Amino acid sequence: MTYDITIDGKNHRLELDRVEGRWLCRLDGLAIEVDAILARPDVLSLRIGNRAYEIKSERVANDWHLWVGSARFAAEVRDPRSLRSRIRAADDHGPSKVTAPMPGKVVRVLVREKSEVEAGSGVFVVEAMKMQNEIKSPKKGTIQKLLVTEGAAVNAGDVLAIVE
Amino acid sequence: MPGPRFEMFKKILIANRGEIAVRIIRACHEMGIAAVAVYSDVDRASLHVRKADEAYPIGAPPAPESYLNIQKILDVARRSGADAIHPGYGFLSENAKFADACAKAGVKFIGPTASAMEMMGSKTRARQAMEAAGVPFVPGTSRGLESFEQAQQVAARIGYPVMFKAAAGGGGKGMRLVQAPAQLKSSLEEARSEAERSFGDGEIYIEKAIVNPRHIEMQVLADEHGNTVYLGERECSLQRRHQKVLEEAPSPVVDPDMRHRMGEVAVRVAQAANYTNAGTVEFLVDQQKNFYFLEMNTRLQVEHPVTELVTGLDLVHLQIRIAAGEKLPFAQADVHLRGHAMECRIYAEDPDNNYFPSPGKITLLIAPTGPGIRRDTGMYEGWTVPLDYDPLLAKLVGYGENREQVIARLSCALDEYFVGGIKTNISLFRRILTNPDFRAAKLDTGFLDRMLKQNDELHRDAETAPHAAEVAAIAAGMFAVLAPAANGIAGVSASNGSATTSTWKKIGRDEALRRLATDR
Repeated sequence: MTYDITIDGKNHRLELDRVEGRWLCRLDGLAIEVDAILARPDVLSLRIGNRAYEIKSERVANDWHLWVGSARFAAEVRDPRSLRSRIRAADDHGPSKVTAPMPGKVVRVLVREKSEVEAGSGVFVVEAMKMQNEIKSPKKGTIQKLLVTEGAAVNAGDVLAIVE
Repeated sequence: MPGPRFEMFKKILIANRGEIAVRIIRACHEMGIAAVAVYSDVDRASLHVRKADEAYPIGAPPAPESYLNIQKILDVARRSGADAIHPGYGFLSENAKFADACAKAGVKFIGPTASAMEMMGSKTRARQAMEAAGVPFVPGTSRGLESFEQAQQVAARIGYPVMFKAAAGGGGKGMRLVQAPAQLKSSLEEARSEAERSFGDGEIYIEKAIVNPRHIEMQVLADEHGNTVYLGERECSLQRRHQKVLEEAPSPVVDPDMRHRMGEVAVRVAQAANYTNAGTVEFLVDQQKNFYFLEMNTRLQVEHPVTELVTGLDLVHLQIRIAAGEKLPFAQADVHLRGHAMECRIYAEDPDNNYFPSPGKITLLIAPTGPGIRRDTGMYEGWTVPLDYDPLLAKLVGYGENREQVIARLSCALDEYFVGGIKTNISLFRRILTNPDFRAAKLDTGFLDRMLKQNDELHRDAETAPHAAEVAAIAAGMFAVLAPAANGIAGVSASNGSATTSTWKKIGRDEALRRLATDR
């Protein structure tokens, strides 16, 4: 099995095959001795050579993070042959949603429709629990549509804007 | 042997929630006392509810409608037949009206009397009492300022920088530091209006601002028979915006002589207020190790575990026994400090987003244990942290022979600690514990705010294993093969039911086929 894997924005190619009860692994062409079992569906006990690692998987909404010890990495896996993952990859180049992470009130709209934004630049300021929180754009692009105005009350998961 | 001349409670109502409610329930059960829990609508699934013997709903999430609602709490006490109430910390723990109402309802309030609370609750009244008792306090006024002119005169007398503070409350509200006379007027006005908004009371007093002070507090304990002791100090200088984050006992700068002098002053403070039960006297300590009375907290504090660990005492047990009328079972000479302890307050906060509260569902919890590790917690795996309250998840406390060992133990414990699904401030403690000034105990109340300003955000820990990203890549692949559905990964094979079992079946089939093909 071959996978396209992205870790913190960097791409890797991983080949994994199970042969005679062992894993054969090639990462970016380099053969690596790997042994792995799941302690639970989201906790992996991984041995690379004789080094041991505890990897935690954390999935929140559309984000997937892997923790190697206490270091956190954003992760994505694509099986290049699967249709579903090809469709999802296309989505990554399509419009993205800016969503509210928690209930609150929009106190400032920082952009206009057609504004250019970078990944991480502020789009809204939402107030909740007496504190203000800046909601950021998930990617670089143009604000295609603003779905809320100043003063709007929002719930967790509400789509606030679309970024192309 | 004659029995005790007091009667222990049969049932205690805990007027609180979260980790402290769990702590108190535990103490009750250890003493054979039934525990009654109360919970707001959003706390039905909280840990303290299922650890109690009885649990009563008390209404909507906002505190005034539930945990601060005196009538509802006393109604539950009546219906459950509780003979005492433990208020925990926060909520009604320092509410004199509540203490009075309990007395009138014939339910014992586990804490000091209403009048002791009232004396210490107003910072200005407390300062006046301290003045009368000859207790050193930070130079300034012991009454609320009556005019700007008065503020000007006092500031000129005590010298700049000066600090305006609210008489009615803390947490940084109603506080303003003034470096020079030009800012005095506007700062006073701002402090007043903020205090009015936060506490409904705009009374402001003025103090000399001590440069880089340490916040050192002394635990006191008094029975209802006139015996008062001090149980050692805690260093609480690590604060972010006036909120404590990490506390330790003993203080690295307090030697036995200073402890003795501070302890005696703390006892005098408690006696001046006719204090009973557990309380804490807070001091500011300047760089010359002079200490000044700041205020008294008339309740059990969040950070009580570090005192418990270095004294070997159970403060909640003692609170209950004192309230039941028992005499202090030991004298000052019996109190010995041994070893060192440190507590990290683990909050559901996002360190990458200005420590904004981060509620949500905890999908995975891996908690540290081992020698010298104590955890007081209200969270569990699968729990959804509510939005409505202070997001304290747990107190991770390390104990050891000395400060260095405690730092090592806590560092490992923090590496083990994993709370998946929400953001926590666990990474903040790693930064603190590796900081050279922290390790050298060079602390003051400005330390943490300074450290946070210097540090830039998103950098990898210096200790990240080499090639960690490559390890992550391999792990990603393994999760995809072994548990794609659980990790939200598009399935390995085209046909997908239970992806994991079908994967193994497929692999098994492939191996069998290969073997068949190569058999001769």
